[in-house]
Amino acid sequence: MIPRYQIVIFSILLLASLAMGGMLWHLRQRAHERLVAGVDSAPTKAPEVAPAEKATLMVANDDDNSLLPQVHSLPLPTDPGSRARAVLGRLLEIYAAPNATHPVPGGATSVSQVFLLPAAAGPARSAPHKISATITVDENEASTRATSSAGPEVAVVNLTTNFVASHPSGLETETLTVLSICGTIHANLPRVTEVRFLVDGQQRPSLAGHADLTRTYLVSDAAGVGALPTEVVHP
Amino acid sequence: MPWSRCGLAALLLIAGFAAATEADPKAATADVTREPSAAPQTSTSAPSPPVSEPRPQVPAAQPAQSPPAPPAPQGPTPPPRFLVVIDAAHGGDDLGGHLSSGQLEKNANLALSVRLRSLLGARGFQVITTRESDQSVDLNRRAEIANHADARACISLHTADTGSGVHLFVSSLAPAAPTRFVPWRTAQAGWITRSLALAGVLNSALLHAGTIVTLGRTPLPGIESMTCPAVAVELAPERDSDHKVTAEPDDADYQARMAATLATALLEWRTDASHMEGRQP
Repeated sequence: MIPRYQIVIFSILLLASLAMGGMLWHLRQRAHERLVAGVDSAPTKAPEVAPAEKATLMVANDDDNSLLPQVHSLPLPTDPGSRARAVLGRLLEIYAAPNATHPVPGGATSVSQVFLLPAAAGPARSAPHKISATITVDENEASTRATSSAGPEVAVVNLTTNFVASHPSGLETETLTVLSICGTIHANLPRVTEVRFLVDGQQRPSLAGHADLTRTYLVSDAAGVGALPTEVVHP
Repeated sequence: MPWSRCGLAALLLIAGFAAATEADPKAATADVTREPSAAPQTSTSAPSPPVSEPRPQVPAAQPAQSPPAPPAPQGPTPPPRFLVVIDAAHGGDDLGGHLSSGQLEKNANLALSVRLRSLLGARGFQVITTRESDQSVDLNRRAEIANHADARACISLHTADTGSGVHLFVSSLAPAAPTRFVPWRTAQAGWITRSLALAGVLNSALLHAGTIVTLGRTPLPGIESMTCPAVAVELAPERDSDHKVTAEPDDADYQARMAATLATALLEWRTDASHMEGRQP
């Protein structure tokens, strides 16, 4: 004969087990719904594929210290800043490829952003040397100002630390990298007349010990490379 | 009587001040054109007179040739002074690049500087180097050393792993007419024409020696404060026709050959300079 109190305890435990099982099932359902809801909130719209356009890249050559224009076809966004970044990405992909004429590791991800701003008016703009200060730019504001500006513009190229750290050191190679970036931006965005460089948003004294990154580069600096008295003689 | 004494003393004071200003025009311009910095660290080659020897100097801000010396009334005239500044780039905390041989650029630059200094000293040049050991020298300090020396040629030495042969760089500043007062950061503008001429002489000598040479112009922060014909010389690996490296830039034999070629070029530069000075009225 089973005592009465044991039957009561067994019944209570059985009910508690059933209640806990039901609660577990309910919580599992809620977690599943939350998960499904999270997936639904992610962007499902496919990115628009920009049509391929022709872009001119000023490709550097270490052998003769020259910049040679090359025309490439690549999808380019309509926003000028993104467009400049896409073009520079292709340029740095070429430099990262094996047997490049100007070998620089890093590739397309070496340029974080390119901001376009109206160039400063007045005589200071034509000064041969300017020491730039730290720049804080709001991306949306920069984009708005860039699209509304019809005058000359300054491009601020924000490079990654990894790119700068892995860049070969030397007067020639660093100069060619800087000038090819300036020349490529100007070739595709003719309104850009000046280029400044940042590294992860901060000013840096030089690229890899030689090329001065504190100054504002005029695109005419890059345009003059082709007209340099460059001479290569293979004995 | 006391008033006449005071007047006499004041006249003497004014006369003394005027004489002092006339005797040392550089003193009136040096503070304007130079930036303050740490203590100097220079060395000269053995056969040359000390740097501190008093002599007439062109002010640092006035990039013009020295006026022709008046004919000496008696005694032998001293040989014309021809001073070259050799600037071994980087040093100390500033390592420069890493060469593929494992050597640091600052050490390779210093070795090349020592070789060139020895060769120039043997050829009768007076040489000043911006550093003789592994130490940090500020870019402004390097320019100050060159400007104080009133050098006839300033050579900034670099080494690199990329490219081939020798890269010669002149500042990309636009040439400017010489003026008495010049901004510190663009002082080289008045000397660009002479710097290009010096690069041409170096280029000819290197080509004659069978070296691949590339010429270029670029912003050169240290050199652009120098008031002398200035060229940055970057020694790159020596390569054969298949683009294979035959000598690294820190190779002793390669450096010795390039230093000898540079010394020959500077000898020619000295000859040209003396001819130009001889033609001056």
